[in-house]
Amino acid sequence: MNEKPLRIDLNKDGLSLDFSGELTLYNLTQAQNYLQVNKFLNTDKIIINLDHVEYLDTAFALFLTDLERKYNAKIECEKKNFLHTLELAREHKKRLNEKDSVHKKNIFEYFGKVFYGNYLSLVSFMEFIGKIFISFLLYFKSIKNIRIKEIIFEINESAVRALGIVALTSFLIGLVTAYQAAYQLRLYGGNIFIVDMMGISVFRELAPLITAIVIAGRSGSAYTAQIGAMKITQEIDAMRTMGFDPYIFLVLPRIIALIITLPILIFVSDIMAMLGGIIVADLSLDLTPSLFLDRLSEVVAIKHFYVGLVKGPFFAFLIASIGIYRGLMVKDDTQSIGFNTTKSVVESLFAVIVCDAIFSIAFTNLGI
Amino acid sequence: MELIKVKNVKTAFGEKVVHDGLNLHVNEGEIYGLLGPSGCGKTTLLREMVMLQEFQAGSIEVLGKSIGNIEEKDAQELRRKWGVLFQFGALFSSLTLRENIALALQEYSTLSESMIREIVAFKLDLVGLKPSDAFLYPSEISGGMRKKAGIARALAMDPKLLFLDEPTSGLDPISAREFDELILQLRSMLGLTMVIVTHDLHSIYNTLDRMAIIDNKKIAYEGSLKEVISAKNDFIQTFFRDTI
Repeated sequence: MNEKPLRIDLNKDGLSLDFSGELTLYNLTQAQNYLQVNKFLNTDKIIINLDHVEYLDTAFALFLTDLERKYNAKIECEKKNFLHTLELAREHKKRLNEKDSVHKKNIFEYFGKVFYGNYLSLVSFMEFIGKIFISFLLYFKSIKNIRIKEIIFEINESAVRALGIVALTSFLIGLVTAYQAAYQLRLYGGNIFIVDMMGISVFRELAPLITAIVIAGRSGSAYTAQIGAMKITQEIDAMRTMGFDPYIFLVLPRIIALIITLPILIFVSDIMAMLGGIIVADLSLDLTPSLFLDRLSEVVAIKHFYVGLVKGPFFAFLIASIGIYRGLMVKDDTQSIGFNTTKSVVESLFAVIVCDAIFSIAFTNLGI
Repeated sequence: MELIKVKNVKTAFGEKVVHDGLNLHVNEGEIYGLLGPSGCGKTTLLREMVMLQEFQAGSIEVLGKSIGNIEEKDAQELRRKWGVLFQFGALFSSLTLRENIALALQEYSTLSESMIREIVAFKLDLVGLKPSDAFLYPSEISGGMRKKAGIARALAMDPKLLFLDEPTSGLDPISAREFDELILQLRSMLGLTMVIVTHDLHSIYNTLDRMAIIDNKKIAYEGSLKEVISAKNDFIQTFFRDTI
């Protein structure tokens, strides 16, 4: 495209841009640069003449209407099909402008929407908790309602199968904390205090938290994905129309299963983390296992162990209810499963840690 | 006798109004169609009839019970009297076809295991599935079979009323016509009343007795197929023009 598509005449009326040849997106940049470099556009009155143009495509038409709008240029053209293309471009611009004015959000609107959205999801979570509560009441009204089979199935799925990973993680965490502490304690010969440190930190905090984190990542996310998938395939709707309350069939068995099993998993975690501590104490602090255990029962009160276990059911309720709630929030598209699964893990971990903090303050103030 | 009565139903999602005063009724023994352009709220109305969705105003009466403000006990009773076929079958994916169909029987009746097995086999036969299919999981069967199994499950408790959401969508033309045939057969064999949401013109001509056409938030037409073309509505004119 060597031929310049543009001829420019400057007369006293203003600037006349005389286009010729084919005006397409291929020579659009060329024309733009040409106009800009020569600063023609500072003139007051611009007349665009399209009479010698053979072809005008939509890209160029958009550019011309841009000129028309920004510099008050006047387009002169007699060919009908060009006028049509230009009109198309003008209409599009108009629509764009209308949309633009609607779409401009200020920061208040943005934050307002975010807050309102969060407020709504809090309300719907409250509604969910309320429904769980009512279902619990209905559930325990008669022994017949309790679905032992489902509960046992869920116990196996979400707890028994998680036993290995909980045990391994706890063992490693016990090993690592003891190892780090051992190095510091040996510096001032306080080898024996490894027992006090391990006993209190593992029983009270580490074991419940590690168990909750593993279960939230493993079983909580599985709840979201399972229930979300059932929602997409309309299985939950089908259950409702058949009169099977999803809360009784899907929600409560999972919550109950986790409430029963989380304390047991915490117990396993206690044992495994202690085992890690004992091994480190034996190898790097020359503290025999029997000495370790003697000291453990001497200095670490049993209440620390119970405090850890008591947290279990609460963590379990949070993990299971958030996981299931997120599953029920899944919309009719597959993207939403991934989104909600991520949210469920993040939110349940956050809830567990907040709950742990509350327990910590409460127990301290109660002197436990 | 009118099995379903819909009066002045209004539905809105947030600010978007879907239904603005719908009125219709379904007579006993009828195959009744809910028609209309995409997004007009046919499926929403069906979901309201089966208590999956709430409506903002008006009343819906199903089998003589008003479902706007129904007690849980009555609702449960109602749910045993109808069957619903969802668009993609919505079979429980963790159960085999046999278990899917047997579920309601096991939960709601005191029938023996062998009796249930017999009923399941009968229902499978009724919808044209082979006895050996009973042991397959929903993921192992085709879309057409899934719909048939869905009907078999909906029929498990011998309901009076059957709701079908786009029963022939996603089926090849031959299976779709077979399905129409099945619907007619089931009606004559079991005396069912059916409410069908559909787009399929062939199904409309083959099966429907009466229909309601929802357009622009209102009922644009209610009545039989013969007079539909006289209705002054753009959607109806375009939809039925070439075929009548």
